[in-house]
Amino acid sequence: MSSEPEIEIRDLDVAYTASDGPLLEVRDLRVEYATAGGLVRAVDGVDMKVHKGEFVAVVGESGCGKSTLLFAIARLLSPSAVITGGSVAFRGQNLVTMTDKELNALRWRDYSVVMQSAMNALNPVTTIGAQFKDSIEAHAKWSVAQTAQRCVEVMKLVGIDPIHLNSYPHQLSGGMRQRAMIAMALLFTPDLVIMDEPTSGLDVVAQRLLMVQIKELQQKLGFAVIFVTHDMSLVSHFSDQLLVMYAGQVVEIGPTRAVFDSPSHPYSRGLLDAFPSIRGPRVELTGIAGSPPDLSNPPDGCRFHPRCAFAMAACFTEPPPLYRVGPALSRCHLNAHEPAELPGVPREHPGIAETMRT
Amino acid sequence: MTGLLVDTSGRAVTRRRGSGLTAAIRRSRKAQVGLVILLVFCIVAVVPGLFTSVRHPNALQFTPRLGPSGEHWLGTTSLGQDIWAQLVYGTRQSLVIAVVAGLFATVLSVLVGVTAAYLGGLPDDVLSMITSVFLVIPTFPLIIIFATYAGKSTLIVVLIVLVVTGWSYGANQMRAQMLSLRNREFLESARVRGERRTYIIFAEALPTMTSLIVAIFLGAALYSLLTAAGLQFIGLGDPDSSSWGTMLYWSESQSALQTGMPLWSIAPGLCVALLGVSFALINYAFDEISNPALRPVRRRHVKRARDRNT
Amino acid sequence: MRYVVRRLGFFALTLWVALTLNFFIPRFMPGNPLDALRARTHDRLSPAALEQMLTSYGFKPHQNIFVQYLEYLRNMFTGHWGISIGATLGEPVSTIVWQALPWTLGLVGVTTVLAFLLGSLIGVVAAWRRGGRLDSVLPPVFVVTSALPYFWVGLMLILVFSVWTHGWLPSDFNYDPDLLPEFSLGFIENVLKHAVLPAATILIASIGAWILTMRNNMITTLAEDYVRMGRAKGLSNSRIMTDYAARNAMLPNLSGFAMSLGFVITGSILVEYVFNYPGLGYQLYNAVQNTDYPLMQALFMLFTVAVLVALLVCDFAIAWLDPRVRATGSR
Repeated sequence: MSSEPEIEIRDLDVAYTASDGPLLEVRDLRVEYATAGGLVRAVDGVDMKVHKGEFVAVVGESGCGKSTLLFAIARLLSPSAVITGGSVAFRGQNLVTMTDKELNALRWRDYSVVMQSAMNALNPVTTIGAQFKDSIEAHAKWSVAQTAQRCVEVMKLVGIDPIHLNSYPHQLSGGMRQRAMIAMALLFTPDLVIMDEPTSGLDVVAQRLLMVQIKELQQKLGFAVIFVTHDMSLVSHFSDQLLVMYAGQVVEIGPTRAVFDSPSHPYSRGLLDAFPSIRGPRVELTGIAGSPPDLSNPPDGCRFHPRCAFAMAACFTEPPPLYRVGPALSRCHLNAHEPAELPGVPREHPGIAETMRT
Repeated sequence: MTGLLVDTSGRAVTRRRGSGLTAAIRRSRKAQVGLVILLVFCIVAVVPGLFTSVRHPNALQFTPRLGPSGEHWLGTTSLGQDIWAQLVYGTRQSLVIAVVAGLFATVLSVLVGVTAAYLGGLPDDVLSMITSVFLVIPTFPLIIIFATYAGKSTLIVVLIVLVVTGWSYGANQMRAQMLSLRNREFLESARVRGERRTYIIFAEALPTMTSLIVAIFLGAALYSLLTAAGLQFIGLGDPDSSSWGTMLYWSESQSALQTGMPLWSIAPGLCVALLGVSFALINYAFDEISNPALRPVRRRHVKRARDRNT
Repeated sequence: MRYVVRRLGFFALTLWVALTLNFFIPRFMPGNPLDALRARTHDRLSPAALEQMLTSYGFKPHQNIFVQYLEYLRNMFTGHWGISIGATLGEPVSTIVWQALPWTLGLVGVTTVLAFLLGSLIGVVAAWRRGGRLDSVLPPVFVVTSALPYFWVGLMLILVFSVWTHGWLPSDFNYDPDLLPEFSLGFIENVLKHAVLPAATILIASIGAWILTMRNNMITTLAEDYVRMGRAKGLSNSRIMTDYAARNAMLPNLSGFAMSLGFVITGSILVEYVFNYPGLGYQLYNAVQNTDYPLMQALFMLFTVAVLVALLVCDFAIAWLDPRVRATGSR
């Protein structure tokens, strides 16, 4: 980008300062699906806080409920899923009890969404520019010139030639489409941008570039980010807070450095061990044996115990609450007495299974 | 992967109830209704003697123009035939035409569609062009002309014509499906293993497309049933045969509706409609099975948080 | 542009195949048109006159077949469709055709398009209001109506609205036989009255399929990510329903419409037969009954052209709506 474009924030709302509390506070959120096999609780009592300008990463394997959590926060669930409990306080207002009309006043101006696989998330039969325009028209009464100017501005922000406003989604490359979606999300410079695996489908280099760009934009414009991904190592350099989900629950949450460098929960440990480190000694790659539980009938006690190498008697019957472990929280009975020490905590050591054998 | 699940909690691992095709059919009321109707017709076709005492339904053996009564459930035609008996015996031909023509058309569809998609390149272009041409040429006029030129049309002629005109729609669908499957890994691995092409097509790819093939068959059967009935209705069938379409032909030529014998027209048409409906219902249920998004949205016993909080 | 060329090429190819089929079938079938014609004229015409008649039909058994073929093609395209040898013996085929054409276009053409548009609209609304009472009743009802034979629906309507009401709605012809066609209100009213039952038949028998396919397409489309994105952006429901969902769901429906036109023509022939409505389908039936080969051939060509034209229109509509098609030249 040759020159920095002027970002003029129009229709400025009263600036929300950190002293007012967290930007977003999720309390005890529950989401259920009704399926033929029974009621499935995809999100079971999740708590989280996002502060102004903070980058929060939500990590977990497929089916752990992270995307459902995201959509529940944004009130974008498909009709078969229902929020059955808890609250989502955005600047103090509970999004869960709001009507569609009230939500629409907030949508896109105060928080926006970036979805994965922009090929499917952009309307294939209308131009990029038209899709930008209709989100603008839905929330503001700008003149044609203002609308056009803003569209050009956001395109330049993400580094796409504004000529592509007249292009159709299929005419852009995968990376460009993804950046176009991010540009669209920033039309009103919202306070919160929710991203659902925006780097999936991109090659490793493009992924990294996109992450860097997102971080730059975040620092420049000051919005908070909730970033959902299955790739923990991808976000570890960029996020402030890291949240690990398993079977619909938060199993570990805390500052990224704490969780990433010394994970307290065996599942987080397992996730990290599955990604080799480029530096350091060669270690045997270990996966986590077994597969995620059937959420219509989750295991008693700790949901992870069937796959856990450290399961104790208590784990079979008592669901663990979130225990404090330094700056982080961990849902594991091993942490019941602070400070927790997982055998072989430093990452350079061999994996958990190896350790158990010794 | 599921086999590796080590469940140490002692709880019985419940297999997902209701997986598989038969279970899905059991769940769908539409499919059940359709299957029941089809079954009834099949039974009648196989053992018509069970349903009526008349042995030669086309013989002019009764008093003509009788209304419905205990002896003649639907009355008699203006030529003195028992309508109910004709209906019962006509089931066989109508069902046979629908099923046989549908079957052959489906086989042709599958062969052409899969081959075109798998071979690609020039053979694909040629086959696709042929398919499109057959698809677009209006079939009924062609059938009429064909049947006329062939003289008195027998059952075989009708069948041939139905198959020739009915295969192209399914071929397009098979080709589209096969194209999307062509590059999937399980086929790739079969190729790498050195399997012959025919093996790959028939033993690996086709089994995954069974639901589409069934849907194509049902569509072809429905098409054959309705078109055959239409052909017979306007007199291009064999007027001495016993089928519902022929009944309609005779009732129309004898102006049954206008001369106070509506049942003669209503009954066979209703049977064609019912059999056709059974095909359509099963087909529709299959759509729902293969595309979960279409499944009926059940009433949910889940209370929203917003209703509970005030 | 490439797309347009491709489609026109397909049009030409299919037309050629249809015409060729039409030419060769009689020559490979048992039976001799000469004998049929002789029977029809009760042996009253001289062989020379018979020859002349058959020549107009294109049947010159002594000529080289390739030359016959070329002449036949030329005749078809220039409107020299020969003389009818059926019940309307001696009348030029083109006259018969031009007389019947407007009735078929008016009845079948208008009703089919109407059924398609109306059915699509209902399908869109039904899918949008998924799970409501309307949506649970609609599909089974229309699954049933989509499987009903066209002609039987016609017969039932005649029974209910014509026979049982002693002629409240007419069941035959396009207007009362004792009226003369003119542009008066009375005549138009009469025409419309005669068109009610046949039009209703086509509507009832065909609308079910459109509703169901549109509904299914719409439901699948509504599950797409870009629709969710539309909701995320806070767009109004009507906006999402039209610009995001319906516009995408319409595309497979349009191609489906084009592909099923053959079946629509089948149905229309039967409807015209049942109601003695003197359109092209009715003429075809007559031609078949009277082994009127020239008329049959001309009508077959016309039907093929009609379907192809409709197919072209649909293809161009799809290209207009879907930019991906314009780019690649195919779907």
